[in-house]
Amino acid sequence: MSSLKTLFREEVKVFNVGIPSFADDLKRQNVPVAHVEWRPPAGGNKRVIELLDRIKLWQAACQSPAKS
Amino acid sequence: MTIRHVIRKETYFDSVTLMQITNEVKKLQGVENAVVGMGTDFNIDSLKRLGLYSDAFAGITPADLMMCVQAGSDAAADAALAAAEKLLTSRKKAAGTGAAFVPPTQEAAAKQLPDANVVVISVPGAWAAREAEIALRAGRHVMLFSDNVTVEEELKLKTLGVEKDLLVMGPDCGTALINGVPLAFSNAVRKGDIGLVAASGTGLQEVTSLIHTMGYGITQAIGVGGRDLSEKIGGKMTLMAAHALGEDPATKVIVLISKPPAAAVLAPLYAELKKIRKPIVVYFIGADPEAIRKEGFTPAHNLQEAAQKACELSGGKPVQPPMAEAEAAAKAKGLALPGRYLRGLYSGGTLCDEAQRLLQPVLGELYSNTPVKGCKALASVHKSEKHTIVDLGDDEFTRGRAHPMIDPTLRQERIGIETADPDVGLVAFDVVLGYGSHMDMAGEMVAAIEKARKASGRKPVFAACICGTADDPQNMQKQKRTLEEAGVLVFPSNVALVTFVKQALSGKGA
Repeated sequence: MSSLKTLFREEVKVFNVGIPSFADDLKRQNVPVAHVEWRPPAGGNKRVIELLDRIKLWQAACQSPAKS
Repeated sequence: MTIRHVIRKETYFDSVTLMQITNEVKKLQGVENAVVGMGTDFNIDSLKRLGLYSDAFAGITPADLMMCVQAGSDAAADAALAAAEKLLTSRKKAAGTGAAFVPPTQEAAAKQLPDANVVVISVPGAWAAREAEIALRAGRHVMLFSDNVTVEEELKLKTLGVEKDLLVMGPDCGTALINGVPLAFSNAVRKGDIGLVAASGTGLQEVTSLIHTMGYGITQAIGVGGRDLSEKIGGKMTLMAAHALGEDPATKVIVLISKPPAAAVLAPLYAELKKIRKPIVVYFIGADPEAIRKEGFTPAHNLQEAAQKACELSGGKPVQPPMAEAEAAAKAKGLALPGRYLRGLYSGGTLCDEAQRLLQPVLGELYSNTPVKGCKALASVHKSEKHTIVDLGDDEFTRGRAHPMIDPTLRQERIGIETADPDVGLVAFDVVLGYGSHMDMAGEMVAAIEKARKASGRKPVFAACICGTADDPQNMQKQKRTLEEAGVLVFPSNVALVTFVKQALSGKGA
């Protein structure tokens, strides 16, 4: 977990989601990078993915301890 | 003539890879036209426009890959499709080079690099906000390169960013340098004590590059996206970034670059900026510098001056621009233009804006696809009128294809058209260097210039500015030499180029 309070003192480590050449540029500069081979989720069906995301959020909320 | 196609269901490639493959396939012998792309509405429209559409494409989705080729013979069409398949396979392999497993999601990537702190997102706009939200919820800063993100999505993401003390740079943010690391379209700029916040990609590239060229350096360059200072977004990221630079002990001077903020945002923005006890150079593009001075900030009249003033505040002594005004103007001395009109072909949006603002008062009637105050809108973005300055990186040109900083094709075509116009005397353009950009844009532009000169028999004057640093991967000196050897006049900043253009056209206006 980063925050803007600490970012300027941290080593920059990157996830690159999309255009692969952005990750290649970072690799050439020895910046730690993980390239994500992204593709449209749920076969590109936005309604399906919205429903799946909602279920995920709901599951996460159920698993997290109740707030006092 | 034959039209052949292949559809691969649920196969995804990014727009840059597909653009490169389309261009390579088009170059093959016997091929008249080709479209290799995802099944987006834009690409379907392109097929229809080119007469390549058939019912076979009905039901295709943006998650499907399509390849369509028009060729002189069946054999040529089949060979082209086979070549496209081969190229796609090789790109897929190359993307995975060096990693045993290429993660398909951020969640999977977290297993590879659990302490990643920045996520660069360049997926199609419809999906970009979802990826940004995943990054923020995992505690990572976001650089949102994607455009076509709605303002409602932007507001939601930035509200979440403020809540979690995380940067949301963008959407449509092309440039950022964090802790010396250039992200997406950024230049190799030395470290120093100037921190920048900008709602403009090429504006940030020009100012950081000029700071480097003038011998100074930067701490951070934070892009915030062009809408951040709109009423709806309220400058959420500009304020967060400016305060962070205010508290950063390494930052001595702050530079703020943006279009003029919305009226409702201006007063609260100034109030917040005044709390920062560091000098702040403000360049609100097209705004009255006096109003900025009255608020206690250091105003700039243009991008070069913003860099110059920041360096002066950093070093405490006068700093000279890379080319004096008189030297830029002197290059026009004795120059005979073969026509009366200017055609400006920009890849950088802010550089295009700046050229219009500085030239309109001198040239009078000036047209653009992105007209600033006082300029006129082109009836068709594809056809210049009288004096015209075009931003070829604007949405109308980039929908469904790569940006002109990567893909020279559109500017090359336009160079041919403008050169052939008997009324054109001067063609000006930018060459933007840095990470993410084409590795030999000067070579591509020169190839187009030479082809256009040969085809038309005309020789308008060509002039270019180079936005970049001597440390950029393209080799700035070599790019400069390539242009100069082809007879292109080269300038080290957009302001210097515009100064030359003014002088060259003085007395020759419409």
